[in-house]
Amino acid sequence: MTDLTRLSAAQLAEKLSSREVSAVEAVQAHLDRIGEVDPAINAFLHVNTDEALRVASEVDKERSIGDAMHPLAGVPIAVKDLIVTKGQPTTAGSKILEGWHSPYDATVVRRLRDARMPILGKTNLDEFAMGSSTEHSAYGPTRNPWDLDRIPGGSGGGSAAAVAAFEAPLALGTDTGGSIRQPGAVTGTVGVKPTYGGVSRYGAIAMASSLDQIGPVTRTVLDAALLHEVIGGHDPHDSTSLTDPVGALVEAARNADVKGMRIGVIKELQGEGYQDGVQARFNEALDLLRQAGANVVEVSCPNFKYALGAYYLIMPSEASSNLAKYDGVRFGMRVVPDGAPTIERVMGATRAAGFGDEVKRRIILGTYALSAGYYDAYYGSAQKVRTLIQRDFDAAFTQADVLISPTAPTTAFKLGEKLDDPLAMYLNDVATIPANMAGVPGISVPGGLADGLPVGVQFLAPARQDARLYRAGAALESLLEDTWGGPLLAQAPEIAGVK
Amino acid sequence: MPEITREDVAHLARLAHIDMTGEELDRMTGELSVIVDSIKTVSEVAGDDVPATSHPIPLSNVYRDDVIGETLTNEEALSGAPDNAAGRFKVPAILDEE
Repeated sequence: MTDLTRLSAAQLAEKLSSREVSAVEAVQAHLDRIGEVDPAINAFLHVNTDEALRVASEVDKERSIGDAMHPLAGVPIAVKDLIVTKGQPTTAGSKILEGWHSPYDATVVRRLRDARMPILGKTNLDEFAMGSSTEHSAYGPTRNPWDLDRIPGGSGGGSAAAVAAFEAPLALGTDTGGSIRQPGAVTGTVGVKPTYGGVSRYGAIAMASSLDQIGPVTRTVLDAALLHEVIGGHDPHDSTSLTDPVGALVEAARNADVKGMRIGVIKELQGEGYQDGVQARFNEALDLLRQAGANVVEVSCPNFKYALGAYYLIMPSEASSNLAKYDGVRFGMRVVPDGAPTIERVMGATRAAGFGDEVKRRIILGTYALSAGYYDAYYGSAQKVRTLIQRDFDAAFTQADVLISPTAPTTAFKLGEKLDDPLAMYLNDVATIPANMAGVPGISVPGGLADGLPVGVQFLAPARQDARLYRAGAALESLLEDTWGGPLLAQAPEIAGVK
Repeated sequence: MPEITREDVAHLARLAHIDMTGEELDRMTGELSVIVDSIKTVSEVAGDDVPATSHPIPLSNVYRDDVIGETLTNEEALSGAPDNAAGRFKVPAILDEE
């Protein structure tokens, strides 16, 4: 029998709807795989065995009596532990929420349930999604399936590693500055950050509300489109949710073609600071796209060089405000110092014990950027830079239908390598941050290997034009897979210590 | 931009309600100085004529109809609280005794 964990979601969905495979078999195969490899990977913070099997068995029953089902019904999925789920714990990777259960489901989770997709569990992340390596999780780092001594990217390293290690065919992530796309790049998987407002943020624990976006984490571009269509579309619970229909994304992924497409290479997101192997795979991807009939042009986005700095003012400012709610009153941890302390002292002690170093750093930085006397110079200036970045995108999109760059400047680095150097860590997101600043959608697709480690190629499209990402992404995927003779993940080594 | 001092960080930590040890304050002061130094050029980029962007895709007048929708029950709302009494969140004293 085929190894069910090796199938794409689209392939698995076909076998389920033809009743060649049952949903219980599909879920059990993935639970077995989790049991086998997750002790080495640590992608999951919680495995939702009973509920996943119960939903699968309901799906099988309904299918057997001929009920009309969603095409993905029975296809299991993992959910980043920043997204709230009823009936399972949600920690956000933080001690401050250890043991907490949300009394409601995020809109995206409700949509997974409506499609009857069994939820395998909750995946690891940097605490409150703050980081690029998953090392800032309070529950230990996740390891990269390509090399267990290396990081899986972050903040959504758990979702990316789960998908790359065949523990789940699909996962949900969140992307504030690259937390879906950069883990995708370094694990050889596909990650999509939709247009801001294209997927409801209701129930995604907020880090920086004007930047955060939920999106798909998958092994193929078509799978990402299938999942995007499940979770996307208007939600009255999110006041920033767009009213536009989600669009024909699956159709775009199935019509992979770049003939005549104008692809703009962003001059500022390559060259210096980009690892040689990353740049080489990127240049090869451009050659393939040219050969396939794309019109590859160079575009300049001169203000992108200020994006990282502006991001590190806006994101901490919004985070410091969003994280004020963890005060030991309404949910989560409460630490009561000796004596008869006031609520103020309880808050100070609770937040000192509950938050990790990176979260504290960003809260203090955000408090600084928002404080009297500095607000205009820092937060105000950063918001103006945001306007300049949007203008750069507007100008670039008059010359090109989509833009292209490496997703991350390097391949996966070693665990611990950048942990004591916050600035070096922040530089991982240099190519992904501009999209969040402008609200435009982006996709990372596998671009090959450099020294045996995956490299990502990123496409960016104008706001509301997510379909273009799927069209271009699927085209590049197919061109590259022709040169590799199959998917990139087929080249991944067996996970050490696992037979 | 003025340099960030240890006293500044101590003040910010108080504003943010995070108790910090002396060692943490020392470390945070150093780290914050490096980070702020690397991003200070942001304040010199845009002129007065550039408007600020707060949300990337601005929407306005987002209201729903004024009808009662789904809400949490009192029990659900209190379910994650460290302490509660009589259907309310229970907190330690807000004011010092003196």
